[in-house]
Amino acid sequence: MNRLTLFIPLALCLALGGFLFFSLGKDPLDLPSALVGEPFPEFSLEALHEPERQVSRDDFDGQVLLVNVWATWCFACRIEHPWLNSLAEQGVAIVGLNYKDHRKLAQDWLQKRGDPYQFSIFDPRGVLGIDLGVYGAPETYLVDADGIIRHRRVGVVDERVWNEEFHDLYQQLVDDANGQ
Amino acid sequence: MGSNSMPGLGWLKQAILLMLLVSSAAMAVENVVSFSDESLRPRYQQLLEELRCPKCQNQNLADSNSAISQDLRAEVQRLLEQDLTDAEIKEYLKNRYSEFILYRPEVNRATWFLWAAPVLLVLLGGLIVLRLSRRKKVSDSEPVETNLRSDDQQQRLDKLLNRHTGESE
Repeated sequence: MNRLTLFIPLALCLALGGFLFFSLGKDPLDLPSALVGEPFPEFSLEALHEPERQVSRDDFDGQVLLVNVWATWCFACRIEHPWLNSLAEQGVAIVGLNYKDHRKLAQDWLQKRGDPYQFSIFDPRGVLGIDLGVYGAPETYLVDADGIIRHRRVGVVDERVWNEEFHDLYQQLVDDANGQ
Repeated sequence: MGSNSMPGLGWLKQAILLMLLVSSAAMAVENVVSFSDESLRPRYQQLLEELRCPKCQNQNLADSNSAISQDLRAEVQRLLEQDLTDAEIKEYLKNRYSEFILYRPEVNRATWFLWAAPVLLVLLGGLIVLRLSRRKKVSDSEPVETNLRSDDQQQRLDKLLNRHTGESE
């Protein structure tokens, strides 16, 4: 019986080693999302293209849509932009959240690279950004027909990420919305 | 005469003074936050120490100068001015940035072990020390035992020893 207790340190070492080993593969930048399952925060901000128009959650219009946080200073946004364009062509509704940017620069940017957004929310001070828990760009939120955030991606959404993380859920949400 | 012998000194003095001025101005940049009520300042500092920068994992809001930290510092200041309690401010940020932002995590199902581990380890250590000291006392009280082995084992040992000495000779 005492002989077995001699193995306790070994067992502890193995357990610790195993824990550390499996933690290696985890991305420490992957923050748990506070807002998944919660309603998209309320906001009232100017539209990027029409300064006189205030946009709010009501402008989501009960669609299943993506909210994409972007800015002209964000390098990775350039990388993901072509894929957003192609998603928009496939009929996916995307709303832009232009985050801590200059209106003129942002407008030029969209003119040059194409505008995949139904409309862009202009948030120069990052007010909605804080309500969403944004800490960098790009970030993309999948919002269902009831305005609930169903998925969040921090970082680039390209074809691979779309297929892995978004496609099935998006399709299911769209089907649900049509079924109602 | 003294001033003539070291012509460079005046210039050096000026340069040092200038550097001091510039550096104190640079340090002052951090302190430009102004409050309607100065009693908010210590709370502000305390909160910044305990809130973590979401972008730069190992820094708190006070240490980090990333854009998001600047924004969140401003947000903390704004919330303080709105008369929110410290707990309410933490809750507000937690609802947006998840528990990650709290450097002092709440006790819940995911974190209880983190909180309990030090106590558990001290208890475990105490238990081990206790057992070892008790064992030592037992062996102290029984003076050297001469015949630890059973007769059978002793016989085998003798045989081995004999064979060994026989071989070496």
